[in-house]
Amino acid sequence: MTMIDTQVCSNVEDGNGLAIINSKAPFSSAYGKDALDIALIFGSFEQKVSLFFQGDGVYQLIDNQDGSLLSIKDYLKTFAAFEFYDIEDIYVCHQSLANRELDESFHIEGVNVLQSIEFSEALNQHAHILRF
Amino acid sequence: MAVALIFEQQTIPTDKQGYLLDHLLWHEDLAKLMAENDEFELTDAHWEVINFVRSFYLKYNTSPAIRALTKAMKAEFGAEKASSRYLYKLFPEGPAKQATKYAGLPKPARCI
Repeated sequence: MTMIDTQVCSNVEDGNGLAIINSKAPFSSAYGKDALDIALIFGSFEQKVSLFFQGDGVYQLIDNQDGSLLSIKDYLKTFAAFEFYDIEDIYVCHQSLANRELDESFHIEGVNVLQSIEFSEALNQHAHILRF
Repeated sequence: MAVALIFEQQTIPTDKQGYLLDHLLWHEDLAKLMAENDEFELTDAHWEVINFVRSFYLKYNTSPAIRALTKAMKAEFGAEKASSRYLYKLFPEGPAKQATKYAGLPKPARCI
Protein backbone atom coordinates (compact mmCIF):
# COMPACT_ATOMS: atom_id res chain seq x y z
CA MET A 1 0.00 0.00 0.00
CA THR A 2 1.35 3.43 -0.93
CA MET A 3 1.32 5.41 2.26
CA ILE A 4 4.17 7.79 1.50
CA ASP A 5 2.92 11.35 1.40
CA THR A 6 -0.30 10.33 3.02
CA GLN A 7 -1.02 12.75 5.80
CA VAL A 8 -3.20 12.03 8.76
CA CYS A 9 -4.74 15.02 10.48
CA SER A 10 -6.86 15.04 13.57
CA ASN A 11 -9.50 17.70 13.93
CA VAL A 12 -12.26 18.11 16.44
CA GLU A 13 -12.53 15.29 18.95
CA ASP A 14 -16.11 14.30 18.29
CA GLY A 15 -16.27 15.18 14.60
CA ASN A 16 -18.17 13.28 12.00
CA GLY A 17 -16.14 10.20 11.07
CA LEU A 18 -13.40 9.93 8.48
CA ALA A 19 -12.78 12.15 5.47
CA ILE A 20 -10.68 10.84 2.60
CA ILE A 21 -9.22 13.42 0.24
CA ASN A 22 -8.41 12.24 -3.26
CA SER A 23 -5.93 14.58 -4.92
CA LYS A 24 -4.32 12.38 -7.57
CA ALA A 25 -5.39 11.38 -11.07
CA PRO A 26 -6.79 7.85 -11.25
CA PHE A 27 -4.42 5.56 -13.13
CA SER A 28 -0.94 7.02 -12.86
CA SER A 29 -0.36 5.78 -9.31
CA ALA A 30 -1.94 3.51 -6.70
CA TYR A 31 -3.25 6.37 -4.52
CA GLY A 32 -6.81 6.33 -5.82
CA LYS A 33 -7.14 2.56 -5.50
CA ASP A 34 -5.71 2.65 -1.96
CA ALA A 35 -8.13 5.41 -0.97
CA LEU A 36 -11.02 3.37 -2.37
CA ASP A 37 -9.96 0.26 -0.45
CA ILE A 38 -9.91 2.19 2.81
CA ALA A 39 -13.31 3.73 2.08
CA LEU A 40 -14.82 0.29 1.39
CA ILE A 41 -13.31 -1.20 4.54
CA PHE A 42 -14.77 1.62 6.64
CA GLY A 43 -18.11 1.15 4.89
CA SER A 44 -18.04 -2.61 5.51
CA PHE A 45 -17.64 -1.97 9.23
CA GLU A 46 -20.40 0.64 9.31
CA GLN A 47 -17.97 3.45 9.99
CA LYS A 48 -18.91 6.82 8.58
CA VAL A 49 -16.71 7.93 5.71
CA SER A 50 -16.90 10.90 3.33
CA LEU A 51 -15.00 11.30 0.09
CA PHE A 52 -13.47 14.55 -1.11
CA PHE A 53 -12.04 15.13 -4.58
CA GLN A 54 -9.77 18.05 -5.30
CA GLY A 55 -6.83 18.92 -7.58
CA ASP A 56 -6.15 16.16 -10.09
CA GLY A 57 -8.27 13.89 -7.89
CA VAL A 58 -11.35 15.26 -9.69
CA TYR A 59 -10.35 13.18 -12.72
CA GLN A 60 -11.44 10.11 -10.74
CA LEU A 61 -15.05 11.25 -11.10
CA ILE A 62 -15.02 12.09 -14.79
CA ASP A 63 -17.15 9.98 -17.09
CA ASN A 64 -16.04 7.63 -19.88
CA GLN A 65 -12.69 6.39 -18.68
CA ASP A 66 -11.47 2.83 -18.92
CA GLY A 67 -8.43 1.81 -16.93
CA SER A 68 -8.46 -1.64 -18.50
CA LEU A 69 -7.09 -0.06 -21.70
CA LEU A 70 -3.89 0.43 -19.68
CA SER A 71 -4.07 -3.17 -18.43
CA ILE A 72 -5.00 -1.81 -15.01
CA LYS A 73 -8.02 -2.95 -13.06
CA ASP A 74 -10.61 -0.22 -13.58
CA TYR A 75 -11.36 0.54 -9.93
CA LEU A 76 -13.52 3.53 -10.91
CA LYS A 77 -16.30 1.06 -11.78
CA THR A 78 -16.49 0.24 -8.07
CA PHE A 79 -17.62 3.82 -7.27
CA ALA A 80 -21.10 2.89 -8.51
CA ALA A 81 -21.34 0.38 -5.63
CA PHE A 82 -20.90 3.05 -2.91
CA GLU A 83 -24.56 2.82 -1.92
CA PHE A 84 -23.99 -0.76 -0.74
CA TYR A 85 -21.23 0.49 1.56
CA ASP A 86 -23.28 3.42 2.88
CA ILE A 87 -20.91 5.92 1.33
CA GLU A 88 -23.18 8.83 0.56
CA ASP A 89 -21.18 11.97 1.23
CA ILE A 90 -19.14 12.72 -1.87
CA TYR A 91 -17.78 16.20 -2.47
CA VAL A 92 -15.85 17.70 -5.35
CA CYS A 93 -14.10 21.05 -5.46
CA HIS A 94 -15.64 23.38 -8.03
CA GLN A 95 -12.45 25.37 -8.48
CA SER A 96 -10.46 22.22 -9.30
CA LEU A 97 -12.98 21.33 -12.01
CA ALA A 98 -12.92 24.88 -13.41
CA ASN A 99 -9.10 25.00 -13.47
CA ARG A 100 -9.09 21.85 -15.60
CA GLU A 101 -12.00 23.01 -17.78
CA LEU A 102 -14.02 19.95 -16.75
CA ASP A 103 -17.78 20.05 -16.64
CA GLU A 104 -19.91 18.29 -14.06
CA SER A 105 -20.55 15.06 -15.92
CA PHE A 106 -19.59 12.42 -13.38
CA HIS A 107 -19.78 8.66 -13.74
CA ILE A 108 -21.69 8.31 -10.46
CA GLU A 109 -24.69 10.09 -9.02
CA GLY A 110 -24.95 12.02 -5.80
CA VAL A 111 -21.76 14.05 -6.16
CA ASN A 112 -21.90 17.44 -4.42
CA VAL A 113 -19.99 20.21 -6.17
CA LEU A 114 -18.81 22.75 -3.58
CA GLN A 115 -17.11 26.13 -3.74
CA SER A 116 -13.70 26.23 -2.07
CA ILE A 117 -14.98 27.68 1.20
CA GLU A 118 -17.84 25.18 1.51
CA PHE A 119 -15.43 22.42 0.56
CA SER A 120 -13.08 23.22 3.42
CA GLU A 121 -16.01 23.72 5.81
CA ALA A 122 -17.36 20.26 4.93
CA LEU A 123 -13.87 18.83 5.44
CA ASN A 124 -13.61 20.48 8.83
CA GLN A 125 -16.66 18.58 10.05
CA HIS A 126 -14.61 15.40 10.24
CA ALA A 127 -12.61 14.04 13.15
CA HIS A 128 -9.95 12.47 10.93
CA ILE A 129 -8.64 13.21 7.48
CA LEU A 130 -6.60 10.96 5.22
CA ARG A 131 -5.05 12.54 2.17
CA PHE A 132 -4.16 10.56 -0.94
CA MET B 1 -6.29 -27.26 0.40
CA ALA B 2 -4.83 -26.76 -3.05
CA VAL B 3 -6.59 -28.74 -5.74
CA ALA B 4 -5.22 -29.01 -9.25
CA LEU B 5 -8.30 -28.09 -11.18
CA ILE B 6 -8.58 -30.12 -14.36
CA PHE B 7 -11.57 -29.26 -16.50
CA GLU B 8 -12.17 -30.62 -20.00
CA GLN B 9 -8.53 -31.75 -20.25
CA GLN B 10 -7.28 -28.30 -19.29
CA THR B 11 -5.56 -27.27 -16.10
CA ILE B 12 -7.28 -24.19 -14.71
CA PRO B 13 -4.87 -22.07 -12.65
CA THR B 14 -6.04 -21.34 -9.12
CA ASP B 15 -4.50 -19.87 -6.00
CA LYS B 16 -3.70 -22.17 -3.10
CA GLN B 17 -7.20 -21.81 -1.67
CA GLY B 18 -8.74 -22.84 -4.97
CA TYR B 19 -9.89 -19.45 -6.26
CA LEU B 20 -9.55 -19.01 -10.02
CA LEU B 21 -6.72 -16.74 -11.10
CA ASP B 22 -8.61 -15.69 -14.22
CA HIS B 23 -12.34 -15.21 -13.71
CA LEU B 24 -12.89 -15.29 -17.48
CA LEU B 25 -12.15 -19.03 -17.45
CA TRP B 26 -15.22 -19.58 -15.29
CA HIS B 27 -18.02 -21.83 -16.44
CA GLU B 28 -21.06 -23.24 -14.63
CA ASP B 29 -19.76 -26.77 -14.96
CA LEU B 30 -16.43 -25.64 -13.57
CA ALA B 31 -18.23 -24.29 -10.49
CA LYS B 32 -19.91 -27.68 -10.07
CA LEU B 33 -16.54 -29.38 -10.22
CA MET B 34 -15.04 -26.98 -7.67
CA ALA B 35 -17.96 -27.65 -5.32
CA GLU B 36 -17.63 -31.39 -5.84
CA ASN B 37 -13.94 -31.21 -4.90
CA ASP B 38 -14.97 -29.43 -1.71
CA GLU B 39 -17.76 -31.97 -1.11
CA PHE B 40 -20.18 -29.08 -1.13
CA GLU B 41 -23.62 -29.37 -2.65
CA LEU B 42 -24.94 -26.51 -4.77
CA THR B 43 -28.71 -26.05 -4.71
CA ASP B 44 -30.79 -23.50 -6.66
CA ALA B 45 -30.58 -21.19 -3.66
CA HIS B 46 -26.78 -21.37 -3.82
CA TRP B 47 -26.82 -20.67 -7.54
CA GLU B 48 -28.95 -17.60 -7.00
CA VAL B 49 -26.25 -16.16 -4.74
CA ILE B 50 -23.35 -17.32 -6.94
CA ASN B 51 -24.86 -15.73 -10.05
CA PHE B 52 -25.66 -12.59 -8.10
CA VAL B 53 -22.11 -12.26 -6.77
CA ARG B 54 -20.72 -12.82 -10.24
CA SER B 55 -22.88 -10.14 -11.82
CA PHE B 56 -21.95 -7.79 -8.96
CA TYR B 57 -18.29 -8.33 -9.76
CA LEU B 58 -18.75 -7.85 -13.51
CA LYS B 59 -20.63 -4.63 -12.91
CA TYR B 60 -18.56 -3.08 -10.11
CA ASN B 61 -15.16 -4.76 -10.58
CA THR B 62 -15.01 -5.88 -6.95
CA SER B 63 -16.16 -8.90 -4.96
CA PRO B 64 -18.70 -7.77 -2.37
CA ALA B 65 -17.91 -8.36 1.30
CA ILE B 66 -20.80 -9.69 3.38
CA ARG B 67 -22.38 -6.37 4.34
CA ALA B 68 -22.36 -4.99 0.82
CA LEU B 69 -23.62 -8.34 -0.43
CA THR B 70 -26.65 -8.35 1.86
CA LYS B 71 -27.48 -4.73 1.00
CA ALA B 72 -27.24 -5.40 -2.71
CA MET B 73 -29.26 -8.62 -2.44
CA LYS B 74 -31.96 -6.80 -0.53
CA ALA B 75 -32.44 -4.47 -3.48
CA GLU B 76 -32.68 -7.45 -5.84
CA PHE B 77 -34.49 -10.22 -3.94
CA GLY B 78 -36.13 -8.50 -0.96
CA ALA B 79 -35.34 -8.60 2.75
CA GLU B 80 -36.04 -12.31 3.28
CA LYS B 81 -33.00 -13.46 1.29
CA ALA B 82 -30.83 -10.56 2.28
CA SER B 83 -29.99 -11.43 5.87
CA SER B 84 -26.54 -12.63 6.77
CA ARG B 85 -28.29 -15.44 8.64
CA TYR B 86 -29.85 -16.74 5.42
CA LEU B 87 -26.53 -16.45 3.60
CA TYR B 88 -24.54 -18.17 6.35
CA LYS B 89 -27.02 -21.05 6.30
CA LEU B 90 -26.25 -21.55 2.62
CA PHE B 91 -22.53 -20.92 2.94
CA PRO B 92 -21.43 -21.84 6.47
CA GLU B 93 -17.78 -20.95 5.85
CA GLY B 94 -18.72 -17.39 4.96
CA PRO B 95 -21.01 -16.37 2.10
CA ALA B 96 -18.71 -13.79 0.58
CA LYS B 97 -15.76 -16.21 0.70
CA GLN B 98 -17.55 -19.30 -0.59
CA ALA B 99 -19.89 -17.76 -3.15
CA THR B 100 -17.06 -15.80 -4.78
CA LYS B 101 -15.03 -18.99 -5.03
CA TYR B 102 -17.70 -20.88 -6.95
CA ALA B 103 -18.43 -17.76 -8.99
CA GLY B 104 -14.83 -17.90 -10.18
CA LEU B 105 -13.90 -14.57 -8.60
CA PRO B 106 -10.94 -13.47 -6.50
CA LYS B 107 -11.37 -13.89 -2.76
CA PRO B 108 -12.73 -10.60 -1.36
CA ALA B 109 -9.91 -8.58 0.20
CA ARG B 110 -12.22 -7.25 2.88
CA CYS B 111 -13.12 -10.64 4.09
CA ILE B 112 -16.06 -10.81 6.41
